[in-house]
Amino acid sequence: MPASSTESDYRMNIHEYQAKECFRAAGIPVPPGDVARTADEAEAIARKFGGMTVVKAQVHSGGRGKAGGVKLAKTPEEAREHASRILGMEIKGLTVDKVLVTTAEDIASEAYVGVLVDRKTQAPTFMVSSEGGVDIEQVAATNPDAIRKLTVDPRYGLLPHQALWLANALYDDPGIIKQAAKIIGQLYVAFVNSGASMAEINPLIVTKAGEVKAIDAKMSIDDSELFRRKEVAAMRDTSDEPAAETKARDAGLSFVKLDGDVGCCVNGAGLAMATMDLVKYYGGEPANFLDIGGSSNPDKVVAALEIITSDPSVKSILFNIFGGITRCDDVANGIVTATQRIDIEVPVVIRLTGTNEELGVQILEKAGFSAYTSMDEVVEKAVQLAKA
Amino acid sequence: MAIFIDNDTRLVVQGITGRDGSFHTGQMMEYGTQVVAGVTPGKGGQTFEGPGGAKVPIFNTMDQAVAETGANSSVIYVPPAFAADAIFEAADSGVTFVVAITEGVPVLDMARAHAFARDRGVRVLGPNCPGLISPGKCKVGILPAQIVAEGPIGLVSRSGTLTYEAVFQLTNVGLGQTTCVGIGGDPLIGTNFIDCLTAFEADPDTTAVVMIGEIGGTDEQEAAAFVHSHMSKPVVGFIAGQTAPPGRRMGHAGAIISGSAGTAAEKVKAFEDNGIAVAQRPVDIVGLIQDALA
Repeated sequence: MPASSTESDYRMNIHEYQAKECFRAAGIPVPPGDVARTADEAEAIARKFGGMTVVKAQVHSGGRGKAGGVKLAKTPEEAREHASRILGMEIKGLTVDKVLVTTAEDIASEAYVGVLVDRKTQAPTFMVSSEGGVDIEQVAATNPDAIRKLTVDPRYGLLPHQALWLANALYDDPGIIKQAAKIIGQLYVAFVNSGASMAEINPLIVTKAGEVKAIDAKMSIDDSELFRRKEVAAMRDTSDEPAAETKARDAGLSFVKLDGDVGCCVNGAGLAMATMDLVKYYGGEPANFLDIGGSSNPDKVVAALEIITSDPSVKSILFNIFGGITRCDDVANGIVTATQRIDIEVPVVIRLTGTNEELGVQILEKAGFSAYTSMDEVVEKAVQLAKA
Repeated sequence: MAIFIDNDTRLVVQGITGRDGSFHTGQMMEYGTQVVAGVTPGKGGQTFEGPGGAKVPIFNTMDQAVAETGANSSVIYVPPAFAADAIFEAADSGVTFVVAITEGVPVLDMARAHAFARDRGVRVLGPNCPGLISPGKCKVGILPAQIVAEGPIGLVSRSGTLTYEAVFQLTNVGLGQTTCVGIGGDPLIGTNFIDCLTAFEADPDTTAVVMIGEIGGTDEQEAAAFVHSHMSKPVVGFIAGQTAPPGRRMGHAGAIISGSAGTAAEKVKAFEDNGIAVAQRPVDIVGLIQDALA
């Protein structure tokens, strides 16, 4: 099974504080915390809680602790100092614009509990380990025997004895096992109710007073769940993603920004990837992945062209369209309309093949574009133009 | 011969009255697929009119459709919110093969639907797939019919348009196909590479197989090992996503490199290690197949 801790996947990642809200809603004991966007707010929150607090950067990235984004504060003033350093800090290229201020716990032991949808068993699968607070991938590599796994039948959900069996791998004390099993069951509820594809508590701690609590939370949501979970969809934070990707999602396009200079606009995800690969094969570098889908709607083509041309490093734009059910003449009309609506300063080369190919080529040629029918030819040309 | 669908396929279209369902029903009928029934709850008793005035009865439930028409397969064009229910209903109706075209079905819904179908011995293809076509016999789904031709090549792919690209090139050089199957780009799919390879190996008319994979997961690696240990017929491969960055979803929900797992390089290596010739470009597939058949 894929290890969970580095996945960002087909999923919408949510922040720790948001995942903790989902956990609390399922009944999982989570220490109190609030989000601050300024150092002043951080101090006020620490003062409200009293005692020791932890100030934690809220970014969609692992390794926050190592990057200096998680700090223990003895006083509200110290929480303020930490917050002022962490806010604005960059962690793996992402700028921190909010911190979670949470009460500090007296930790006796740390464990790991996670659940994700496993591709191989096609079912939610739990992983637990008594080695908590570290990357579970690392545990899987160095000490696989320390991990206990369980496949859940998604029709019945996690059964009570299964939760106990998992908790038994973590603790010896019956009272602690009981608390942990309850939390594991609640984690499954939070996972299902949020439409998650991954949820993890790392670490799950036992306090010196013998209480089991979740002090860190991570969750990714299956994009396909969002249409029926508005409250979860509202958790999307676009502040640390490129503006072009936000715009693409709003336009219903699948887009990923890359570092090259050949803009790619393709119908279908597999063909889009193969086109990027071919750009590389001919000595170029793709500027993006973009799947315009099966639609030949000019609005989508306009949005696609706007997104691609907004990237200053793009030196040429390549369309690769295989008309199946999508008709080439429709796509050609979409491209012509789109180029009338927006100014494009870089050369555009187009490959159209499949259904109504001749009609499509005619439309494009009339509008002054040259159309190709071979994928290799058009990619080679686009690479040449980007280098010119 | 062909795999999964042929002249004996008797198809029900679930969601026949929707925009996509009605359009593709017409296309399938035009190709010669025996569409024997449609299902749209609340529209039972109505009739779907296909090309040339051919009439298809519409039923409220799958159960009625199968009882009245002796259907043995279904194809699903319903929206994501209802797709899993459509699979449950189909799997309980007596059909043995269900093709789910719908994209964007929640993964936890599919985990339940796949388990349910497996228990009933029902094969699901997809979801988020273009379907399949056995040239000259039957087409189920959305694959464009004009790019295929009858012949000896089996083709299986996780992609839609990339499949068309490969099929088109084969057809252009006179290499027709027994069946072209798009297994879908989702993380949880009902029919995988190994299922298709098993069927192609058993199909007497298939002489060589093209397998088109992409980044994400380990299905290709397992399929490669299967080819080595279980297949006598030559297999030619292609993997899309050499230039895909890790951790980013490339359109398909399942097309993602997780950590260091699921990379194109890893899959290409698995193919090569197991005797599968790998095309560097889609256009190279044709030459490799010709070599394999020579």
